[in-house]
Amino acid sequence: MALKIVKGSIDRMFDKNLQDLVRGIRNHKEDEAKYISTCIDEIKQELKQDNIAVKANAVCKLTYLQMLGYDVSWAAFNIVEVMSSSKFTYKRIGYLAASQCFHESTDVIMLTTNQIRKDLSSPNQYDTGVALTGLSCFVTPDLARDLANDIMTLMSHTKPYIRKKAVLIMYKVFLKYPESLRPAFPRLKEKLEDPDPGVQSAAVNVICELARRNPKNYLSLAPLFFKLMTSSTNNWVLIKIIKLFGALTPLEPRLGKKLIEPLTNLIHSTSAMSLLYECVNTVIAVLISLSSGMPNHSASIQLCVQKLRILIEDSDQNLKYLGLLAMSKILKTHPKSVQSHKDLILQCLDDKDESIRLRALDLLYGMVSKKNLMEIVKKLMLHVDKAEGTTYRDELLTKIIDICSQSNYQYITNFEWYISILVELTRLEGTRHGHLIASQMLDVAIRVKAIRVFAVAQMATLLDNAHMLTGNTQRNGICEVLYAAAWICGEFSEHLENPMETLEAMLRPKVATLPGHIQAVYVQNAAKLFATVLKSQEGNTDSTTAQEASQLMIDRLPLFVQSANLEVQERASCILQLVKYIQKLQQKDVEVSEEVCALFAGELNPVAPKAQKKVPIPDGLDLDAWINEPPSESESEDEQPKAIFSKEEPKHSRPRHTEVDEKELARRREARKQEQANNPFYIKASPSSQKVYQETPGVEHIPVVQIDLSVPLKVPGLPMSDQYVKLEEERRQKERAEKKKKDKKKRKEKRSGRGKKHDSGPESEEDITPAHMVDIVTEEMPENALPSDDDERDPADPHKALDIDLDKPLADSEKLPVRSHRAAEVLKSPAEDEEGENVSSLEPKKKSSKEKREKKKDKDKDRKKSKEEKKKKKHKHEEKEEADLLCGQADEPAFQSEETNEVVTPPTSTSADEAATVAAAEAAPAPGAISVTTPDSEPEEPKDTEMEETKSSKHKKKKQKREKEDKEKKKKKKHHHHHHHHGDKGGEESVQNGTVEEEEPLPPMSNYCLLAENSYIKVMMEDADEAYDIQGNLQDGSQVVVSVIFENKCDSFLKSMEFNVLDSLNSKLQRPEGSGPHDSLTIPFQLPPGVSNEARFVFTVQSIIMPQKLKGTLTFIVKNEESSTHEKLDFKLHFTCTSYLITTPCYSDAFAKLLESGDLKSSSIRLEGVNMPFHHLLARICFHHHFSVVERIDSCASMYSRSIQGHHVCLLVKISSQTVSVDAKCDEPTLLGNVLDEIKQTFSQC
Amino acid sequence: MIKAILIFNNHGKPRLIRFYQYFAEDMQQQIIRETFHLVSKRDDNVCNFLEGGSLIGGSDYKLIYRHYATLYFVFCVDSSESELGILDLIQVFVETLDKCFENVCELDLIFHMDKVHYILQEVVMGGMVLETNMNEIIAQVEVQNRLEKSEVRPFLSSSKSFPLIYVFGFSQVSAIKYSLSVL
Repeated sequence: MALKIVKGSIDRMFDKNLQDLVRGIRNHKEDEAKYISTCIDEIKQELKQDNIAVKANAVCKLTYLQMLGYDVSWAAFNIVEVMSSSKFTYKRIGYLAASQCFHESTDVIMLTTNQIRKDLSSPNQYDTGVALTGLSCFVTPDLARDLANDIMTLMSHTKPYIRKKAVLIMYKVFLKYPESLRPAFPRLKEKLEDPDPGVQSAAVNVICELARRNPKNYLSLAPLFFKLMTSSTNNWVLIKIIKLFGALTPLEPRLGKKLIEPLTNLIHSTSAMSLLYECVNTVIAVLISLSSGMPNHSASIQLCVQKLRILIEDSDQNLKYLGLLAMSKILKTHPKSVQSHKDLILQCLDDKDESIRLRALDLLYGMVSKKNLMEIVKKLMLHVDKAEGTTYRDELLTKIIDICSQSNYQYITNFEWYISILVELTRLEGTRHGHLIASQMLDVAIRVKAIRVFAVAQMATLLDNAHMLTGNTQRNGICEVLYAAAWICGEFSEHLENPMETLEAMLRPKVATLPGHIQAVYVQNAAKLFATVLKSQEGNTDSTTAQEASQLMIDRLPLFVQSANLEVQERASCILQLVKYIQKLQQKDVEVSEEVCALFAGELNPVAPKAQKKVPIPDGLDLDAWINEPPSESESEDEQPKAIFSKEEPKHSRPRHTEVDEKELARRREARKQEQANNPFYIKASPSSQKVYQETPGVEHIPVVQIDLSVPLKVPGLPMSDQYVKLEEERRQKERAEKKKKDKKKRKEKRSGRGKKHDSGPESEEDITPAHMVDIVTEEMPENALPSDDDERDPADPHKALDIDLDKPLADSEKLPVRSHRAAEVLKSPAEDEEGENVSSLEPKKKSSKEKREKKKDKDKDRKKSKEEKKKKKHKHEEKEEADLLCGQADEPAFQSEETNEVVTPPTSTSADEAATVAAAEAAPAPGAISVTTPDSEPEEPKDTEMEETKSSKHKKKKQKREKEDKEKKKKKKHHHHHHHHGDKGGEESVQNGTVEEEEPLPPMSNYCLLAENSYIKVMMEDADEAYDIQGNLQDGSQVVVSVIFENKCDSFLKSMEFNVLDSLNSKLQRPEGSGPHDSLTIPFQLPPGVSNEARFVFTVQSIIMPQKLKGTLTFIVKNEESSTHEKLDFKLHFTCTSYLITTPCYSDAFAKLLESGDLKSSSIRLEGVNMPFHHLLARICFHHHFSVVERIDSCASMYSRSIQGHHVCLLVKISSQTVSVDAKCDEPTLLGNVLDEIKQTFSQC
Repeated sequence: MIKAILIFNNHGKPRLIRFYQYFAEDMQQQIIRETFHLVSKRDDNVCNFLEGGSLIGGSDYKLIYRHYATLYFVFCVDSSESELGILDLIQVFVETLDKCFENVCELDLIFHMDKVHYILQEVVMGGMVLETNMNEIIAQVEVQNRLEKSEVRPFLSSSKSFPLIYVFGFSQVSAIKYSLSVL
């Protein structure tokens, strides 16, 4: 027994698994952090061991610790190691850890590309599944681009388990690599009709996600979805489809009309609440979209509302909640039908569930009328009082304000009541919405002139009791209302009963504890009040009050002059000096009030918040142009940060007219009146309200103004809005009575037969007249303001990139990067790195590549002109496809257009020839087949290099695996990363440097050439596409990487492919360590029918000055249902001298130096009868022979390239009529001769 | 899309977290705390939807959760998901756990977080619903478990040796009721 325990603990010491870790953590509750840190140390030890099981166990534990909040990104490399284990168990652990802690900026992700690719093509479907699941969590733009094609292939996997995962992950790929959307879309669409329901559901899922963001591009799928909707019985799928229709209908009302019937049927028939609910939702969406066109769908609305009522009345809180949610959508367009359920909604306001109350609140917004507003708000105010959490209370507060202020205070009949409500709301402690109340106060006081007297009185009380609001200033947002209070009191100070008292309240020392922007308003408005006091004392022989006021100002203002807040300080010191001056004048008995008042004279009009934005830009004004010479760098640095001055809404601070005299003001006022009279947007003050304002008699219907306000005003903080409810009730009754009398009179006079008219029955909306003839001034807008609000989408939205027209036929340029490569021209020698360093940043590159792609599309038409280069057959297919896409038909022909480069009509053995032509049209060296190749319109150029890099790492990796030396591996990979970087930059550089300006579209080019082909397989190679030296790896040789595309042309499975080359003395195929010099290389993939894939082989080359030819053989097994046969294909690999050249940008000064050095031997050729534009010619040289343009002047250009062994090759190309002369210089004459021969060859072919 | 799946207990201790959008670890913990704070103060008889959660997503996102005995299962989803559908999905997930662990309890989740992840991976992938058919999910999980058993030395695969403390109260749990038979 004891022995067992000891053994157990020893075991545990060495091999603590996840369970032990968890147990340990649970047993160390007090010192958890310490325990975990020792565990992490152990894990670090375990990660250093070679045993993959131990490592996996450690990674598994790290995943757990990650959940507890520990950053485990330091183990990212170990996670990659575990991911690459051959055992599913460990692989799964690795991928799980990766999915939990990898993200876009995890740098080791770039090492995983090949591992993931291998796992994706694993014969074990669960390896593939695990890789897909992991990838879905950490896919980056790079991975998406590199693996898009592999994943797309998996969408047609034999196992539905893989298919559904591959389909789902495509959405993530699209997000990260939008270019893949168009090429992948046809297959995705195909999956909508997959026999497996899981796959179908996944496809629906993906398309719904896509369509939700950019619905207009998916309208053409509507018929297909319609078919699915009527045929599917899977509720999950139905829900998604119906949701999708909800997104599509706003764009196509006709679709909506078609939908109503089947949706109504579903609503009646389904027993699944989730489906019912989504149907109702979509019907609502349809109705909304139709509401403008045809209003006659009352039956459907009734059905929806009725079903929703059933949901709301359900005891299940979830259904209740959703019912209310959907109801609020109907409310927007059909408020009447919702209003009839007011009882139910008010009932929900009392629900114990906060979520439900919130939803009910939303609905209330649309339920109010003039009649019931006060009643509803009263109810809400009760809720405010007993609301427990601040969140809900804040929500109530905003809702009250929303409800009252909606559509220009449409439903408010009594603004005194509303001001009282606002004042009552200020009693809420700790609310975040002080500024909201404040802005309402300001808005009402400014726009409802008749209320100013009352508002000012209320605000004065607020100011007097400011201490109640500022209990704990720091946390309390409510003190914002003092901002409004001070401003209203100052601006409309003529209505103040006792301005001196208010002035005193505003200058209390306690004010200095308020936030700066409020203090600033206090100071400014104290000055306004001061002016009012002076004015009121004008003509008064006893000037003590005026002098008291001055003294008060002079006594109190210095406190503000010392304020740390600039705004406060500046205003205070200004005003202080002014008052001192006034005091001097007062002592000399000079009348100053007139002048002081002039400081603040002028009428204030509310301006719409968007007014500034809507001012149309006059013709010929360029806002971006400099008015003066742009300032120098240093000047802009001296600029003061703006924020200090304009922190808080400066719109309320009024402009100062200090220098403007009274006459001028009067003139301006007159002009403004004139202008307003002509302005249709300006609602003129009605004469009656003007009268109220001036307190002239003759307006009997305003008894409310006379209410005894003393009670509420003297007791702030007590509810007082209630009395207005009562008063309003009385007023309305009185009014009704009066009306009745009038009616009676009329009836008596008329004695007509229609006696019972308005007599009994509830008063209608129109009967309620507001207590004041409030003149609600509408907000001013500039003339010619543009009406529409253009809602711009967030530029950072990742879905914006997916706004892609899917109905357009695919262009060649849009192919997914199959493992096809060329573009050695993007590699750059390390020597030039520093030069190009400053150029590359990712974004502009992306953008430019996109632009280029656009151009490319445009060019498609031109390209089509070059029909002789394309096989007619292909063209037909293209057209056919176009037609298919356009009619949005579901049944696509088996043929998948050239963009996928792999689903080719599988030829029967008899029609092998025909198939061969198709294939040739697709990918043979014929222009336009293989993806874009012109150097100057090359969107994928940089990316491809990257891919090449990762590819070549495969070879390295193999070796490293054998070595099993982690450190070294790491180092190499880092080096690799480095390399990759350069390649990237070089890519851009070469595009820039080597760019020929676009004069005419370039014909497409390809470097792939047919290597060999038989009825089973076609082998193409890029003419020894890419070469680069690997420093330190080989002392005196260089490596050349050859990419070979294998394409299965038959309808059988090709497997066990082996590639072998007869080495020459000079060139050798690199084989895995331990294998003999004649062993063949196994190609790491199999080819299902119609599929093509690419493999890359590394050759070691000693001398590069001569072209090479190597003989090789490909052996493979052709397997179909009946039999499997062994087949063989011979080929010849041709290494041209060109293939040893690397496109290397060179600056003209360096180029000149090089030529001057005199180390170079020269040679020249002449090409006759070249009839292509000069820039085409240059592009061809650049593309086929890996040169870059250094400089181009008219019909003369200098070009440069560099060999992998560092030879410089310089060209001077001139064209005159049809003769091209190429003068060349190189430090190796043999190489130069061969390169020139090859150039000649290139042009003799065309 | 599902933005995150969180499982924590009545004290806010995380039992499984699965974010489908990157958040740094400390942010993840903050989100867990905030979500726990929001969810834990709600009665069991209120609705299972919750707006807010300022940290995770904006107004388009909802928290949809279910509370089973000692555990909260919280899904943060956007408006493309059907609310009732997700509620059923949580139920599917939990019932799957129950089948895979045989009477699942919180301790299963505590000690076998990895396995719970593997089961979840068969239900949701990259934030999208992968499979809703419980039998299919269980079948796939079992095949993979068998595969694992065949590869790994037996002593590493742990057996259930701890007592069942908190057994889920499945009797209180409402069944998958919103989407009925098709699940």
